[in-house]
Amino acid sequence: MPTKIEKDALTGRTTTGHEWDGIKELNTPLPKWWLYLLYATIVWSAVWALLFPSFPGLSGHFGGVLGWTKREDISREMAQVAESRAPMFARITAADLEEIRRDPTLLRFAMAGGRVAFADNCAPCHGSGGEGRPGGFPALVDDEWIWGGTLDEIAFTIRHGIRNAADEDARQSQMPAYAQILSWREIEDVAEYVLSFSGRSTNAAAAQRGETLYAENCVPCHGERGEGVRAVGGPALNDAIWLYGGTKEQVVAQIANPRLGVMPPWQGRLDEATIRMLAVYVHTLGGGE
Amino acid sequence: MRVERKIDLAEAPATAAPPPTRLYADRVKVYPARVHGRFRTAKYAVLSVSLAIYYALPWIRWPRGEGAPDQMILLDFAGRRFYLGPIEIWPQEIYLVTGLLILSAVGLFLVSSLFGRVWCGYACPQTVWTDLYMWVERRIEGDRNARMRLDQGPRDSAYWRKKVLKHAIWLAIAAATGGSFVLYVQDAPTAMREIFTGEAGAWTYTFVGLLTFTTYALAGWAREQVCTYMCPWPRFQAAMLDEQSLVVSYRAWRGEPRGKHKQGDPWDGRGDCIDCRQCVNVCPTGIDIRDGQQLECIGCGLCIDACNAVMDKVGRPRGLIALDTLADLEACERATAAIPPGPERVSTAAAAHAPMKLIRPRTMIYAGVLGLVAAVMLFALATRSVTDLSVLRDRAPVFVVLSDGAVRNAYTVKIVNKTHEPRVFTLRLDGLAGATLAAVGTEDLVGETIPLMARADGVEAHRVYVTAPASASLPESTAVTFRLIDGSGRDAARQESVFLAPRR
Repeated sequence: MPTKIEKDALTGRTTTGHEWDGIKELNTPLPKWWLYLLYATIVWSAVWALLFPSFPGLSGHFGGVLGWTKREDISREMAQVAESRAPMFARITAADLEEIRRDPTLLRFAMAGGRVAFADNCAPCHGSGGEGRPGGFPALVDDEWIWGGTLDEIAFTIRHGIRNAADEDARQSQMPAYAQILSWREIEDVAEYVLSFSGRSTNAAAAQRGETLYAENCVPCHGERGEGVRAVGGPALNDAIWLYGGTKEQVVAQIANPRLGVMPPWQGRLDEATIRMLAVYVHTLGGGE
Repeated sequence: MRVERKIDLAEAPATAAPPPTRLYADRVKVYPARVHGRFRTAKYAVLSVSLAIYYALPWIRWPRGEGAPDQMILLDFAGRRFYLGPIEIWPQEIYLVTGLLILSAVGLFLVSSLFGRVWCGYACPQTVWTDLYMWVERRIEGDRNARMRLDQGPRDSAYWRKKVLKHAIWLAIAAATGGSFVLYVQDAPTAMREIFTGEAGAWTYTFVGLLTFTTYALAGWAREQVCTYMCPWPRFQAAMLDEQSLVVSYRAWRGEPRGKHKQGDPWDGRGDCIDCRQCVNVCPTGIDIRDGQQLECIGCGLCIDACNAVMDKVGRPRGLIALDTLADLEACERATAAIPPGPERVSTAAAAHAPMKLIRPRTMIYAGVLGLVAAVMLFALATRSVTDLSVLRDRAPVFVVLSDGAVRNAYTVKIVNKTHEPRVFTLRLDGLAGATLAAVGTEDLVGETIPLMARADGVEAHRVYVTAPASASLPESTAVTFRLIDGSGRDAARQESVFLAPRR
């Protein structure tokens, strides 16, 4: 409360009477309409609280007279987005995969859509950039393809997956566990021979011994010189890319007790346009054939 | 506006309760009177020119060729371009706009330190539109006394006719102001047609409405209260002024003691101010300049015109109120202190005037900063390139080992083409022997150089793969330079990056 209102000698105005350690406050009156603006904002906030979701309750909240919700806004916006994309989706679905790759407009759309779908669905196993993950999750950015790297082959793999029971068209390949077929020394000999394809064998005698064993057991799936057989999903063994590691220990382990990765079928989970965009996107990652 | 308070505590009995403190003030309506003179003419000239520029500018065409807007001044927020005549500003060149704002600010500082509040009095939109509104008001309701009589008189049909007409014209001006504002951000002829046919977007109408409302409310109703209560500029512009700045000032050494004067009475022993209050009546903010420098004064100088007319009439020299420096005021005050009031003071002061110093540290610094910023801006404009290159290396994965042992890095190459036609560039990589380039979409064209398209007036992103042969013994990181070569074989842009390879 004002205690001692004084007249300030310098300005001729009065003080408000407030004083703090000798510092006094001059009374410079606020214009009244400014005060009314404050009242107007208070009224405005009350109206706003009535119209829109505002007060919390014990079970839920007051939803507002207008019944407006942000969720509805978003679903309407999403519907609008879907509607605006529909023509492009139709074109993507109708076009041949090679056509999409050749048409700059479709390619740009497919790469943008494919990137999002890839991040949502594929990145957990194949890495955010398609770089794969150690332990049997193949890289999609390099030039080695177990099941083929053309647009159609990629699309087929995405649709049906690999080694799953859910899709009877899924890519299937099996490698026996040679620990039960060959002796440990024989397995090591075969491993040495396999490594010799890429010039990395350290034991020429062992590799020599492994040659016969390889011819008897491995050629049908991996080819005469480890070039791989795509028709049966036999990976190439003669290059710098190893799905389960390229050290001798890792090769031996894979021959003895092979690990065989599984990929689910995406047909049914993703729509046709998305699968096509994914195929095109994966194809552009650097390994497309 | 000055609020006079009539509380004299000296007269109040010591035991009485303190008078109630009123913390809110009523508006004291200002009725500025008509005035003629140099400052009034200058104010109308600035008003006409600035309003003509504001309303006409969006309509001036400036051919830029096909596909580009032909509006001279276009702030195309939707298309992310500012078109200012021959200058075209892209989002990454927004510093040019920043520079323009800095130029404006420092220019304002310089002008204020030299000539006081000329911005407030003449060029500020609040002043310009308020002045226009007052002119309309005077045309319809008459001069100061007629307006006061009208407001205090009966609410008859003449009253309502005048008020309705005035507000209708005010609203029309406000609508034209709001309507013109939106023309700066879109094609003016198209926007104007759309506004009238109801096809314009919601934002256009929102901004037209907003600017109509603010123009009407601020120029018609709030007026000087904007300057007194809302505007921050009067608060800190005092920092730009010093005793050498020109300010509208009442020469108290000459005017005091003031008092009524009858024709024929001698001027000896008294000041030149005849207390006619003409300076107060014409003031658009309703203050008395004779009270000295005040926050509310916008420095328009209309009181000078009013006072000069009065001085002419009573036969005293002009300049009782004048644009003067505080230093000169003090010099004259000192020179005339010993002389009794009267005409002799004027002649004494004439010899004692302290001329205004234009060159002072403050003005030199402001002018220096102004020149420096202007030079930097000119340099930036002159060396502005029409092609930019940005290279972003993939980080997932950082590199890819191919089946033959070759190492590949992927880059997102963005070409900014600021010209209005599509261009084809050649991309070349320096620093990595034997490396080949390939781009997604044109995979057939693999080589040491590849062609890259850049669409007109836009940014084109390409995914480029750089492959180093297996035979190359690469360190983990190699510095490389991407060069963008234009049709004539010159480097249009270059960008440095690195090529990463596995640890050996």
